[in-house]
Amino acid sequence: MEHEIPQQVKHKFFTPGVIVLVIIALNGIIFIAGRFLYGLGAVTNLDQQYPWGIWIGVDVAAGVALAAGGFISAAIGHILHKDAYHSIVRPALLTAMLGYTFVAFGVFIDIGRWYYIWHPLVMWNPNSALFEVGICVIIYLNVLYIEFLPIVAERFIGKLNMKGIFRFLNKPLDKLLRVLDSGLSKTMFVFIIAGVVLSSLHQSSLGTLMIIAGDKMHPLWQTPILPLLFLISAVAVGLPMVIFESLMAARSFKLKPEFSLLSRLGNYVGPILGVYLSFKIGDMVIRESFVNLVPMDLPAIMFLIEMIVGVVIPMIIFLTPLTSKSVSWLFWASSMVIFGVLLNRINNFVIAYNAPYAVEAYIPSYGEISVTLGAASLLILLYRFFVINFPVISLPAPSGVHNSNK
Amino acid sequence: MVDKNRRNFFKTSALLGTVALGASSTAKAAPENILSDDRKGVLVDTTHCIGCRSCEWACQTAHDLPADNIHDYHDREVFKEFRRPSNDSYTVVNEFENPNNELLPINVKYQCMHCDRPACVSACIVGAFTKKEDGSVVWNTDMCIGCRYCMVACPFQVPTFDYHKAIQPDIHKCDFCYTRTQEGKLPACVEICPVEALVYGPRTEIIRVARHRIKRTPKKYIDHIYGEDEVGGTSWVYLSGVDFQTLKFPKHGTNTAPGVSESIQHGLFAYFVPPIALYAWLGGIMWVSKRKNAKQVKEEKI
Repeated sequence: MEHEIPQQVKHKFFTPGVIVLVIIALNGIIFIAGRFLYGLGAVTNLDQQYPWGIWIGVDVAAGVALAAGGFISAAIGHILHKDAYHSIVRPALLTAMLGYTFVAFGVFIDIGRWYYIWHPLVMWNPNSALFEVGICVIIYLNVLYIEFLPIVAERFIGKLNMKGIFRFLNKPLDKLLRVLDSGLSKTMFVFIIAGVVLSSLHQSSLGTLMIIAGDKMHPLWQTPILPLLFLISAVAVGLPMVIFESLMAARSFKLKPEFSLLSRLGNYVGPILGVYLSFKIGDMVIRESFVNLVPMDLPAIMFLIEMIVGVVIPMIIFLTPLTSKSVSWLFWASSMVIFGVLLNRINNFVIAYNAPYAVEAYIPSYGEISVTLGAASLLILLYRFFVINFPVISLPAPSGVHNSNK
Repeated sequence: MVDKNRRNFFKTSALLGTVALGASSTAKAAPENILSDDRKGVLVDTTHCIGCRSCEWACQTAHDLPADNIHDYHDREVFKEFRRPSNDSYTVVNEFENPNNELLPINVKYQCMHCDRPACVSACIVGAFTKKEDGSVVWNTDMCIGCRYCMVACPFQVPTFDYHKAIQPDIHKCDFCYTRTQEGKLPACVEICPVEALVYGPRTEIIRVARHRIKRTPKKYIDHIYGEDEVGGTSWVYLSGVDFQTLKFPKHGTNTAPGVSESIQHGLFAYFVPPIALYAWLGGIMWVSKRKNAKQVKEEKI
């Protein structure tokens, strides 16, 4: 195999596609400003019957699930120590870091009193699933920043060259980076394991969240094994996210896709989806919740789309030898798993929530959709900025450049 | 790098364990959640209620909410629309057609049920809700972060939120007139009710009264005290001559609302054992796989 090391991608930042993303992001920012100036009611369609909308369902719940690539690849690369997969660790770490930052941001704009966001740190309610999710996400976000620090150090040690009034900072900052880097290289395993533990905890507790809503939640989704289903689906979507991003980045930056590596990763996805499917079907049979499919109403249709498009079809594709043959099969199967988990989180938090006295159903407002799309665009833009400016993506080592990674 | 790491591994693991234990020992207890034997309750007899809505006016006045003139409340036009408690009215009276006698409509007062095992107390991320000794479930404005998880959790969909306040939006719900009852007064709605549709007293007493009424006039009531066992029991209980679902009460079993959620939560975190065990297990795998890897590298070199 070619010798590859993580390095900055040499590519210009702006392209027509990037400008479209900037416009979508700016549109979202306008509505975020509206939310902070005039309150949640001015921008969202939330009401006394529907307290949670797509900001919780997509930005927070789906955001956490889709950032699972970070802990899955850390587990494969660092804990199982599969060296062949090292090149996926950094891109997945970057996605997780940015993903969780945006999850925290999503919570920040959704809670009524954003300036009290620190309250859970000092006011504890160990009975609350939300408290546990909150605390784990806060700690994990910090763990992710720490895990990313060596990449920053690698980029800037010996290369800090600020001009003008900041010139005096060059030396102390360089020193600080060196101290942090050498300290972290000895202790990083602590954070890596902590990251995997924290992820397992809050990915599952996110599933516990809606259990307390009891019969307000549609029986196709409400089950005491929700935490387990959330954990398995997060594990299942981790690798498809890594594959999806890698192929998208390759396309956007006109790089050669790492096909053999990605298709080997894809081999794990089918069995995990199979485990998920068997738990889900087993639960439906035991609790006889499948009778709720009969009316063929909106929840039933959404449930079938989620299960067939998001689980069954990609599972079949991943289990057949097709995926190891073509990039586009791999891409589409991964996209379907991502779509399935995204839809599952929306279904759990929005569609399944049956407001007992609602006069009309909740439909997200233009403002809510704008903010969600804007945040996603901003995340992609930041990802692009980071891979252009930091050594994240592994590329063939140019001749004459020694591997500074070791 | 690998060899150096191994010694550090144990050192740091030990440190981390100490930190985790320290954190668990300083963990504060769950929010105050008292289930006193002397807790108070209210019996709402929907067969007595005449729909005068005086209780609504008294509630508005007692909670410094816009109240206007009490005479305006006797206008029965509002009954055309089904109303729910909101962020500017903590109790509302609705009217339903009486299937047994169309000349005698049924009026039903709604407010927080003050559950014995409240979902909001269990759910609140910062523990801003408490169940007090007198049975009331009250909310603390100094703690709330406005996440609205209480609204998701409540089996009766009672808490409401100030969606149009940019700064310091509150959660609103009936507080069982906690400040008034502490001063020895009756809850405002109970005090004003002209037909004794509301009876305030120790919960065990009012259940006894309710059961007595059903026994004395079995034709007038259905044999069900709503709230006696629903979601583990509520401080407010109801009597009715018709099925409670026709009065738009949610059909609930006797399981408490936070039961399943809390057992899962406590199972996952029993004395921090499962997370620490997972940590140790992953650490073990990492150590073994690193050693295997180092060996392989050595062999390759030879």
